[in-house]
Amino acid sequence: MNIQEVNPVAQSLLHTVAGYEGAFEGAYNIRQDSGCAGRRSTENIRIQSKPDGKPGLEIHVAPGTRGEKVFIPAVVTHGDVSDVAYNDFYIGAGAKVTIVAGCGVHTADNGESRHDGIHRFYLASGSEVIYEEKHIGTGEGAGLRRINPVTECFLEEDASLTMETSQLGGVSYTDRKTTANLKARAKLIVRERLLTQGDEEAKTYFDVVLEGEDAGCDLVSRSVAKGKSRQSFVSRIVGEARCHGHSACDAILADDAVVTAAPQLDALNPDAALIHEAAIGKIAGEQILKLRTLGLTEEEAEARIVAGFLK
Amino acid sequence: MIRLEHVSWTLPDGGDIIKDLSLTIPKGKLTVVTGPNGGGKTTLAKLIAGLVKPSAGRIYLDGQDITDLDVTQRARLGISFGFQTPVRFKGFTVQDLLETAAGSPLDFDTLCDLTGKVGLCTMDYVDRAVDASLSGGEIKRVEIASVLARGTKVSIFDEPEAGIDMWSFKGLVDVFNELKREKRTLVIISHQQRLIDVADEIIVLSSGQVRDQGPKDEVLPGLLAGEIAGYCPVGRRERL
Repeated sequence: MNIQEVNPVAQSLLHTVAGYEGAFEGAYNIRQDSGCAGRRSTENIRIQSKPDGKPGLEIHVAPGTRGEKVFIPAVVTHGDVSDVAYNDFYIGAGAKVTIVAGCGVHTADNGESRHDGIHRFYLASGSEVIYEEKHIGTGEGAGLRRINPVTECFLEEDASLTMETSQLGGVSYTDRKTTANLKARAKLIVRERLLTQGDEEAKTYFDVVLEGEDAGCDLVSRSVAKGKSRQSFVSRIVGEARCHGHSACDAILADDAVVTAAPQLDALNPDAALIHEAAIGKIAGEQILKLRTLGLTEEEAEARIVAGFLK
Repeated sequence: MIRLEHVSWTLPDGGDIIKDLSLTIPKGKLTVVTGPNGGGKTTLAKLIAGLVKPSAGRIYLDGQDITDLDVTQRARLGISFGFQTPVRFKGFTVQDLLETAAGSPLDFDTLCDLTGKVGLCTMDYVDRAVDASLSGGEIKRVEIASVLARGTKVSIFDEPEAGIDMWSFKGLVDVFNELKREKRTLVIISHQQRLIDVADEIIVLSSGQVRDQGPKDEVLPGLLAGEIAGYCPVGRRERL
């Protein structure tokens, strides 16, 4: 595959969501408008089209692989594209890898630009994955920009998955569903950052089952809702064994935005320790005042606080 | 030099906190404002920094009338304010806050210098979030460092000793002595004798008015005598 097939809109989106500078180090697959604009496997990381004929990939990371990165960004560069990709990740025992999987959707006209990414992670015993995912919508077109990620995670004993996800803005509608099942001593860490503005809507749903002894998860969602945007956060953590589960939803509200948070904790074992925290509100006046005493205007202070919050 | 002329500040319910207050805070000196709780010390500090606006009177900085300038404008003129109860930020690291204060990125040596002055090890703290994870003493030090990072000609500290353990007190005193040597104008709201000891000038504020003001050597003896003899705050016995 030739990486030069990446068109200019895609280059800009790829730069924003995956740090693309004309090339990727290591294994990669660039998905552009439902096609493949470049792919490379490495000795330890094999990327192949799905054998069942569905759109998408299988990514196999060899056991014991250390410190490698795999890039699998997807971009939609114009309207009237509805892209669906099924990507399955098989992480070998003891492997430590970083997966960069950003998505950008662009429309310059009235056509809708949409990407639905269905990711399944199978983490073998003792493997560690850092998963980075940035989403952005761009273009002046009136067409909607939709990104609907579905992520299913299966963590074997002692596996660890850290998901750092962020929606940088411009996405008209997103419906994010993340489910996970954790065996003994497995760990799931989620750091979600969401920005919505205008008429945008974002839905986030987490369902985590802590099945094994001493499994743990920490889900932290921070969001900023501006304009007339709407957000909903729903989380459910099920503790089936002695385990630790924590979820937190922090949202800053501005203008006429609406945020709802609905946490659910199911402790099915007397030694399950589950916690949820939620805080929704405007930027605290004293925070703005403090930054103004440092010489920032009120507008600069608000922007700085939001940027820090979503960092 | 900071000059207040006939300044008053009234609570929304009508209570007078500052009453027709006139005073001068000398340039390039360390002035400690002390006095009983509820005497108007914090309000005085906020009036100078612009966090509250006077209901009457004028405030001048080096001859310029700053009464109608807002917090940002006064900060840009060179007034810094260290909060009595520091503000916490989710998502801000110590480095973020200090760089925001300095108005530019800071190199490691500068960060090390700033945090070192307030008794924090840079390696341990620059990446720490300025949120609820910091103890009261830690965040107070960060607050003081944020004022130092600005390096302005006027720095106001509202009870900087609050939350600082006695073992670290010497470091705090050293910070103020260094600012004194640099001829900065310092206004420190404090009840702490070890801070009063390093003052050039002392203002005793009681019931929203100046009860006494002058060089430390003149004001301090009376201040101590009044406190010790009366077992009640300065100014109260005189009102009885």
